[in-house]
Amino acid sequence: MARLTDGAASVGLVEPRLAHYGQPITLQCKATLPCFDLVYETYGELNAARSNAVLICHALSGDHHAAGYHSVDDAKPGWWENCIGPGKPIDTAKFFVVALNNLGGCNGSTGPLSLNPATGEPWGESFPAVTVKDWVMTQAMLADTLGIDRFAAVIGGSLGGMQALQWAIDYPRRLAHAVVIAAAPKLSAQNIAFNEIARQAIQADPDFLGGRYFEAATKPRKGLMLARMVGHVTYLSDDGMGVKFGRELKSGDLRSAQDVQFQVESYLHYQGTAFSERFDANTYLLMTRALDYFDPALECGGDLVKAFSNVAARFLVLSFTSDWRFAPERSDEIVDALIAARKDVVSATIEARNGHDSFLLPNERYFDVLGGYLDSVAQREASA
Amino acid sequence: MRRDLQIIAALINPGARVLDLGCGDGALLRHLADRKGVNGYGIEKGAAEISACVRAGVNVIEHDLDLGLGRFPDDSFDMVVMAETLQAVAEPARLIDEMLRIGEECIVTFPNFGHWRCRLQLATKGRMPVARHLPHQWYDTPNIHLCTFRDFERLANTKGLPIIERFVVDGAHAVQRYINRFPNLFGTVAFYRLGRAEPAYGLGPGQPALATASGA
Repeated sequence: MARLTDGAASVGLVEPRLAHYGQPITLQCKATLPCFDLVYETYGELNAARSNAVLICHALSGDHHAAGYHSVDDAKPGWWENCIGPGKPIDTAKFFVVALNNLGGCNGSTGPLSLNPATGEPWGESFPAVTVKDWVMTQAMLADTLGIDRFAAVIGGSLGGMQALQWAIDYPRRLAHAVVIAAAPKLSAQNIAFNEIARQAIQADPDFLGGRYFEAATKPRKGLMLARMVGHVTYLSDDGMGVKFGRELKSGDLRSAQDVQFQVESYLHYQGTAFSERFDANTYLLMTRALDYFDPALECGGDLVKAFSNVAARFLVLSFTSDWRFAPERSDEIVDALIAARKDVVSATIEARNGHDSFLLPNERYFDVLGGYLDSVAQREASA
Repeated sequence: MRRDLQIIAALINPGARVLDLGCGDGALLRHLADRKGVNGYGIEKGAAEISACVRAGVNVIEHDLDLGLGRFPDDSFDMVVMAETLQAVAEPARLIDEMLRIGEECIVTFPNFGHWRCRLQLATKGRMPVARHLPHQWYDTPNIHLCTFRDFERLANTKGLPIIERFVVDGAHAVQRYINRFPNLFGTVAFYRLGRAEPAYGLGPGQPALATASGA
């Protein structure tokens, strides 16, 4: 069972690359993008048969930098370093791993911060609405660029898991396996409500300026911070927060109480501030909208079983016991629909106390199941 | 493959839609997929067992049978199998109803508490039997609903469930002639293939298969 990756090897220094697409594409919202860039990273080697490629789809605030370091001075590695690398569950000794920043992102791929060629100005709030379906379409274009006809697996957690699900529906012949972690077939009203609170926090910030904040060389920091704080609370669990922070006082003494009193407040402030510096507000609005609109069953009259009818990929569906934002029951909806559609599926509910965030954290059983599944994927691909 | 799983496999038609409750390491489903083109699913709650299924490429769903089978719609399977698990679930009678709601037929196997060794231990020592096929002490046993073959058939009879087939075997899962004369006394494990409560089905309801076992 030993799959924890403490001290395990890293993919080391990595370099982002840019793929440029000069042809216009029509998005699901009917808007046309005249051209766009996707920034991506790859780890490991593509085999001669081009059959060992794995696509990593990122969640709300993720990007293409999933593993390794950009320079020897980097304080932090990529966001899924504990899971991607030689000997890790997503084993770069076996797989050629592709990670990208989704269209509409703010870390190098075309998004609201990019210039609109029609106006010469940044797109800002006028960047067209993108959907999970659009992301999957542009990811397939990236696969074409890389000469990957079929992924051994498309893997993602949370919003990333929704992309893996959409892949299996939209491109049934272009992936052998879909790994859907801590996701749902669509958001609940409660989930949409949390996203709307986050959006309102951003839009109500005086520095939002109707989404044209960049023209005033400012950004809605307070709003982004608040949005992230709300998000963070929903990504953790009561129990997990209790263990991590308890009621510890930052100052250690109520008499010297200042703005920040409890450790948990300090933590949220730090996370919120860091996020507001690195993330673009318009991208956050766009990504949460994509999350809200995701509902692949809608095209089939709300019938998820029917939506899965053409699926050819095998599924691994994972959830975490303390995740209340994307609860195990939501993963079960995916699993049950796959069974009803007579598709291959493996599901496990991982005992974990860190809420939705659990999908980003090392956990012995989580890595055992994920690594074990991907081992069997690698073996199948090798013997195919 | 385990001898008892071979017996079960022989009862399953090629291409059947199979659900295996308490599928363990997935050996039965692997065998059925390889030999009979069966696209099956296993239900399991043990982490080690699930891990084994994952590595074997078996469709395994983590689920606790004590939560029932409400997540599966009516008529989703041709055959629902439960090997050596009936005695360990919270509500065996309801689970059998559920199995026959979601499946056309079911196969249930369980250890016999009416085996002569069990009877002898209880009679002579006055203690809960511990045998090779029932190795646990009363306080740490997962087997919370032990029964005899006769008990089970009475339940099937009460529910009007036809027993389509029955195999009774010894501790090595071998069929012996002497067992079939007094199955509830000499049988260690029984395999029951049950159908839904409908008339004109198999032996039909109201005909307990043990009627010939002369009171044993």
